[in-house]
Amino acid sequence: MLAIILGFQLAGEVISRSLDLPLPGPVAGLIGLVGACILRPRLADAIRPTATGLLSHLSLFFVPAGVGIVAHLDLLRTHGIGLAVAVMASTVLAIAAGALAFTAVARLTGTEEPQALKDQGRE
Amino acid sequence: MSDPALIWSYLAQGPLLWLTATLVAYLAGDAIFRAAGRSSWANPVLLAVIPLALLLWLTGTDYATYFEGAQFVHFMLGPATVALALPLYDNLPRVRRAALPMLASLLAGSGMAVLSALALARTFGIEGSVLASLAPKSTTAPVAIGIAEKLGGQPTLTASLVLLTGIFGAIVVTPLLNALRLRDWRARGFAVGVAAHGIGTARAFQVNATAGAFSGIGMGLNAVLTAIIAPLALQWLGG
Repeated sequence: MLAIILGFQLAGEVISRSLDLPLPGPVAGLIGLVGACILRPRLADAIRPTATGLLSHLSLFFVPAGVGIVAHLDLLRTHGIGLAVAVMASTVLAIAAGALAFTAVARLTGTEEPQALKDQGRE
Repeated sequence: MSDPALIWSYLAQGPLLWLTATLVAYLAGDAIFRAAGRSSWANPVLLAVIPLALLLWLTGTDYATYFEGAQFVHFMLGPATVALALPLYDNLPRVRRAALPMLASLLAGSGMAVLSALALARTFGIEGSVLASLAPKSTTAPVAIGIAEKLGGQPTLTASLVLLTGIFGAIVVTPLLNALRLRDWRARGFAVGVAAHGIGTARAFQVNATAGAFSGIGMGLNAVLTAIIAPLALQWLGG
């Protein structure tokens, strides 16, 4: 139910702001909701339809902010090439570094999951 | 029959027009994405933003007017972030088991995102408030804006850089990790969540539920870590 989700977002917002935490209200609400689901597993079933619906359209919610790029096109044009190179190269490097580090440590600590592999059994 | 100009001026003032336009643009973008076999280059966010931007430009509408209608959609980002609790809860035993790989991935991905972006921008002569706006670009938008403000950056520029990072990350992640032959969905999802926040997470959910769950965790953890390392990195590289 949306009311439960909004309630946790509200609580997260209050806690994050009153304690001056570096994490935003919705992330604090996310942590709170996981905690509540652990204490009361029935809560997870109650929010499942709403949460699944929201997450299946996650891309939609970024569209208004994305259109905001238009309002700053001149700002981006001034430093266009430098910012484009920095954003693109650092994103490629960060994804590669993150995924390589995960895989390497999973191998070292023996926490690999054969069932979580892409194209499993297709080779 | 009313004067079309009167109808336009009525619609242009209310939220109905731009709210509808946003939803229609998304449905069209999503339809193209599906028709393109869910390939990563057909990013639904990008496909929806382009026609909307053109429409704003053609009708001479400013962003503030557009946002009055679109804010209802924008508002749902918060509840959608909270809703990431569900896949996290469903995958809790697997998340606990992957704690060490996640920690390593977080440090490598988050550190690389901030340091390489600042170092590269520096070589292009970018400094001052623009550099500070760039530092948190891999974090989710509300946190990134908060970090940029604390560092003396420009919040609006940060918001744009965050969006560009997310869209680019969502487009590049599949071919990049295929080329690196990394097949672990947990690693693929987590890394894109760290590097490309919610838009990367949206992409991860499109391809695999495990990747989506780990991506959401990566996004949340990176928001916290970037808030800590961005000021240090800027001090070191921005000086």
